[in-house]
Amino acid sequence: MPKLSIERLQTISNDIREDIIRMLEHAGSGHSAGPLGLADIFTALYFDVMKHDPKNTEWDERDILLLSNGHCVPVRYATMAHAGYFDKKELLTLRQLGSRLQGHPERLRLPGMESTSGPLGSGLSQACGMALAMRMDNIKNRTIYVVMGDGEQDEGNVWEAAMLGGKYKLSNIIAITDRNNIQIDGQTEYVMPLEDLKEKWEAFGWHTLEVDGNNIEAVIDVLSMAKAISEKSVMIIAHTIPGKGVDFMESDFHWHGMPPDHEQAKKALHELRTLGGKIRSEHE
Amino acid sequence: MSNDLYLTDLEGEVKEEPNRNGFGRGLLEAGKKYKNVVAACADLTDSTKMNLFRDEFPERFIEIGVAEQNLVTVGAGMAAMGKIPFVSSYAAFSPGRNWEQIRTTICLNDRPVKIVGSHAGVSVGPDGATHQMLEDIALMRVMPNMVVIAPCDSVEAQKATMAMAADPRPNYLRLAREAVPIITTDKTPFEIGKAYVFAQGSDITLIATGTMTYQALMAVDLLFKDGIEAEVIHVPTIKPLDAETILKSVRKTKAVVTIEEAQKVGGLGGAVAELLSENFPVKIKRIGMEDRFGESGTANELIKHFGLDAKHIHLAAHSVLSSGSAS
Repeated sequence: MPKLSIERLQTISNDIREDIIRMLEHAGSGHSAGPLGLADIFTALYFDVMKHDPKNTEWDERDILLLSNGHCVPVRYATMAHAGYFDKKELLTLRQLGSRLQGHPERLRLPGMESTSGPLGSGLSQACGMALAMRMDNIKNRTIYVVMGDGEQDEGNVWEAAMLGGKYKLSNIIAITDRNNIQIDGQTEYVMPLEDLKEKWEAFGWHTLEVDGNNIEAVIDVLSMAKAISEKSVMIIAHTIPGKGVDFMESDFHWHGMPPDHEQAKKALHELRTLGGKIRSEHE
Repeated sequence: MSNDLYLTDLEGEVKEEPNRNGFGRGLLEAGKKYKNVVAACADLTDSTKMNLFRDEFPERFIEIGVAEQNLVTVGAGMAAMGKIPFVSSYAAFSPGRNWEQIRTTICLNDRPVKIVGSHAGVSVGPDGATHQMLEDIALMRVMPNMVVIAPCDSVEAQKATMAMAADPRPNYLRLAREAVPIITTDKTPFEIGKAYVFAQGSDITLIATGTMTYQALMAVDLLFKDGIEAEVIHVPTIKPLDAETILKSVRKTKAVVTIEEAQKVGGLGGAVAELLSENFPVKIKRIGMEDRFGESGTANELIKHFGLDAKHIHLAAHSVLSSGSAS
């Protein structure tokens, strides 16, 4: 696949945000803030960084992406549809009876969904298991990406995996923490303080990097740096803005688990289409 | 005793061994036969007898540390890469502590992880209630896609382990700490999902699982002296339950006692009661823990104290027979 320009990737990311709004409005339930904040990271992963084939989801050399914070799955569905895994029309079936696009992702329903998730804290452990199995088989050409939430790191299971990753130095794991500072009950530092998060991961033996998770170019750069680390598991703390791109949602924890209603969706789509009038004229 | 099952003659000299020893040998054998069999343990490698596998295949063994949530989710990850992971701990911790991880990342995710819970039942003994897992059968039986296996002795535990390595589903293997009589032999058949008639009789059906099958066989002699011929069905696979074998026997005897070293609620007795109430209702008495926890003591003391021995099965059988059959 030829490399896409940063401008093109930004446009794709914006289109993904528009689809997230449409999906959530249509579904009438679901999470808004996290998926919008993660759109740039998912665009970078699916359209630049990951080795994958939408037409061959069982390709045995593909990179693996685990979405540990399963509630953010609208961004993954939208990105997969844009990447050619399935028709974009299917996005509007989100959360409906019989849909492959369950409220929280299920591996058995959708090819390309690498694991079932929703209950928090288990993605990194599964990545460790995958990496250990690859090591046993001497497989070195595959990377396992794990996207996890920051509030998710209240879970003890995360730190059990952190110890294991530190012990076995699983360098084909690149974990990305969506550091958006919100969770359901409020600001992460109010609910259960996580800082100093970087020092914590370093203390557990992980090579820890930080990035502006809403800057696609910076995300691509940091993932490239992470791939070059060969002696440790890598944690990237990606600082994102929850609700990114929609002014009235940005950084407001109330949007963690809420969808937009029709009027809110209209307003959000208008803003995304024009990017505040900055990038292009509004289109339908 | 059923001759075609090649059971041990319990009137002769009977050897004893903990079930977990059979698991240890079975895992080693499975490791030799299947290259994709791997193992992980949460700091109980010798105690759960995974040490045989670890010493033979150190590169296929992962020491997880005391972290049971991680244990099963690492297993799910290894299974995603084509491995057949056996993950062991004490049953009180796995599946005691990590039930949700088993539910989401193994059962709903359909990964063939083999969860091995040792030290189940009151026969754990002096360690007391915290370590005497009694709720594991119910916890695992209620889970869609999960297979639940409780072997009666070390020989069967070894066969069960080999069968699990070849089974594509998530499995739970329930093991016990103490040495128990070896009542099967190398020739005794074992197949996942099958129950076996260990003793034939026409007056009452004793349905037992795990280490309690021996107690049921001991009760046969006590009942015989009273002129009652009891049939004993050994149920090593609690889920899926072998309905055909159980119904065939119960249609003949029309009276049932179930026996397990676990909570009565939700266990083998629950499974049998569910089956019979919908298909062939008869008088049934369930023997198990009466909605309470265990305590410290020796294994033999506790089995008697909580009414799980042959003497209590004998009494329960009389109670069922004297109250008359419902059908």
